[in-house]
Amino acid sequence: MTSATQQSGAHAHYKLTHLKALEAEAIHIMREVAAQFEKPALMFSGGKDSIVMVALAKKAFRPAKFPFPLLHIDTGHNFPEALAFRDKLVDEIGERLIVHKVQDLIDRGDAVEDPGPFPSRNRAQIPTLLDAIDKYQFDALFGGARRDEEKARAKERIFSFRDDFGQWDPKNQRPELWNLYNGRHRMGENIRVFPISNWTEMDVWQYIMLEEIEIPDLYFSHKRDVVERRGQLVPVGDAPFGPRDGEEIINRTVRFRTVGDMSCTAATDSPAANLEEIVGEVAAARASERGARMDDKTNEAAMEDRKKEGYF
Amino acid sequence: MTTETQSKTDFSTDPNANKGMDFSTDAYLDMDLLRFLTCGSVDDGKSTLIGRLLYDSKSIFEDQLEAAESASLSRGDQRMDLALLTDGLRAEREQGITIDVAYRYFATPKRKFIIADCPGHVQYTRNMVTGASTANLALILIDARHGVIEQTRRHSFITSLLRIPHLVVCVNKMDLADWSQEKYDKIREDFEEFAARFEITDITFIPMSALTGDNVVNRSENMDWYQGPSLLHHLENVHIAGDRDMIDPRFPVQWVVRPQGDEHHDYRGYGGQIASGVFQVGDEVVALPSGMESKIKSIDIGGDPQQFATPPVSVSIQLEDDIDISRGDMLCRPNNQPTSGQDIDAMVVWMADTPMKVGKKYTIRHTSNEARCIIKNLNYQLDIETLHRIEDVEQLKLNEIGRIAIRTTKPLFFDPYRQCRVTGSFIIVDEQTNNTVGAAMIIGETN
Repeated sequence: MTSATQQSGAHAHYKLTHLKALEAEAIHIMREVAAQFEKPALMFSGGKDSIVMVALAKKAFRPAKFPFPLLHIDTGHNFPEALAFRDKLVDEIGERLIVHKVQDLIDRGDAVEDPGPFPSRNRAQIPTLLDAIDKYQFDALFGGARRDEEKARAKERIFSFRDDFGQWDPKNQRPELWNLYNGRHRMGENIRVFPISNWTEMDVWQYIMLEEIEIPDLYFSHKRDVVERRGQLVPVGDAPFGPRDGEEIINRTVRFRTVGDMSCTAATDSPAANLEEIVGEVAAARASERGARMDDKTNEAAMEDRKKEGYF
Repeated sequence: MTTETQSKTDFSTDPNANKGMDFSTDAYLDMDLLRFLTCGSVDDGKSTLIGRLLYDSKSIFEDQLEAAESASLSRGDQRMDLALLTDGLRAEREQGITIDVAYRYFATPKRKFIIADCPGHVQYTRNMVTGASTANLALILIDARHGVIEQTRRHSFITSLLRIPHLVVCVNKMDLADWSQEKYDKIREDFEEFAARFEITDITFIPMSALTGDNVVNRSENMDWYQGPSLLHHLENVHIAGDRDMIDPRFPVQWVVRPQGDEHHDYRGYGGQIASGVFQVGDEVVALPSGMESKIKSIDIGGDPQQFATPPVSVSIQLEDDIDISRGDMLCRPNNQPTSGQDIDAMVVWMADTPMKVGKKYTIRHTSNEARCIIKNLNYQLDIETLHRIEDVEQLKLNEIGRIAIRTTKPLFFDPYRQCRVTGSFIIVDEQTNNTVGAAMIIGETN
């Protein structure tokens, strides 16, 4: 088995690669949360970053079980392939999965669907997440966000505090020094923890390749029906994801760099059919990963505003 | 103001910019990681320098450039302001200031880099200290027209206080100083004179212009009198493997891995990150505070066996004997142990609006350990601009640095910070607000 942590040769063990350093940091953070909090959970979406998080949790806690469940905030707008992958993975690792559905909150009237022609359930995820925190009394949630994704995230701590309303206060962040994490919190407060904060998209792909981590086929090149919308290739599926008036369905060879809410994740033209080709593509890429997320384009501070409301 | 336009650069007109890097898969998997700190203020060209490093290493994407460009235009700027790429918070963009550490990432075929981009003003000292705590290298920018100024001294002092092993002094804006060797030599002499008071072992000076790119990525043709490397070449090649302490084995136990099922019922692993030194299967170890000795039976990462573990790798260690060990304990070698003690002498940087008071009780976090402490004494405050000791002080305010003596409720296992940054550092937590209010570097045991 290939492993970032495997040693070979008499002196090779003194060499510390960047992936091994990042892995060590992530494991340390996960164990620190397990030790400092009563009820953590790992946010799992079926996307590659959360899959890497599961792989890191195995490194931190195996051969024991994870000291926390996985939590999926289900927008109902999932790629079917991502859901199937989620269930298979959960079955393989034998860990507990909690699914909390945006649709349930909409039905209850506790969340509302965005109006307008580009409905996304990103905003409706916020009350759903806060509802799950309240119901299960989670005090710490692991997220797979990275600082290279977006500039508000570039300034966020690894242990990111949220008040009783789940809000992030960027001007009032705790200093975070060395590898010492201060998880002290009051009742009702919770933190979001980002163990792979310091990873880049390239690091994630390299790690997946090196550790032979299985990911959904969506990430690899395949034929798919898409429409061109605002200069992006938007996947079409069953209603409400069908083509809109005047849009023409095209069958293209595409892949996804990020797998999120189906209504707001664009595909990219790509022939990359295996990990090595993806790594090559990432190295040559001209657009950032979040460039494929239409929800970040609303305004310059879109991410900061959503985070302040309790978004991841 | 000339400095304003200097920091706004349109790199897209530079034919050499962004020519891309050739990443071969094998090389990438064999890269190491350099964390470095940049500190400076609006006018010293720091944003331009970071922008150039990111751009020339192809780490800025087109959509990010476009976003910064359209934001610049909508503010009425003539050219793109590169600070918009790094200033992530709304308040920062609105006020045109940097208020917190921003982490930036780029890679070349040789190394991956993490930049902790810190604000330079004195009121953000705590932010700089935060960024400095994990850095292997610090970049200090000096405007060649102004030479060594108060800010240079303060940044160098913090670099030395936090024991960042490598320092690069970038003598920037040489294009506005006639590419003059004389001016560069004078700045270098001035810097070496005051830096002699600091314990900084590795200092490199590079004359450059971030604006024109001279000596940033490529060697300068305007300064043939300079024989050294370009900044990027230096960053790629500076020897950092020796920064890790392989001599003094320290393993703070963070988490006990205990499977509940029958399959692994005799597995009991101590999870943690190697703080320093090398641990090998078969090594004799002693557990603190119990003093019980045993041998290492196995080392693994998530069940994957390892023969060795070096800092800062996170592993699980099993011992031959069943001894009582829990979080906060430490494994080390019987003949190489840290100090165990409750009376600690340390330098502290205060990070909260509420001042530190002698006689007050706080919680501290040190390695995986937590204890309560009382501030017994404030020996002196250090004026970070003059480095003079101010005696007879009763409290430390935000961003002030002082030497304190504390007594803890239970023994801690520590080394001097100069020997080990992990076992030599602790944070101070206010028990009412739960905030991290101080960062401390251990000098030793109080006499």
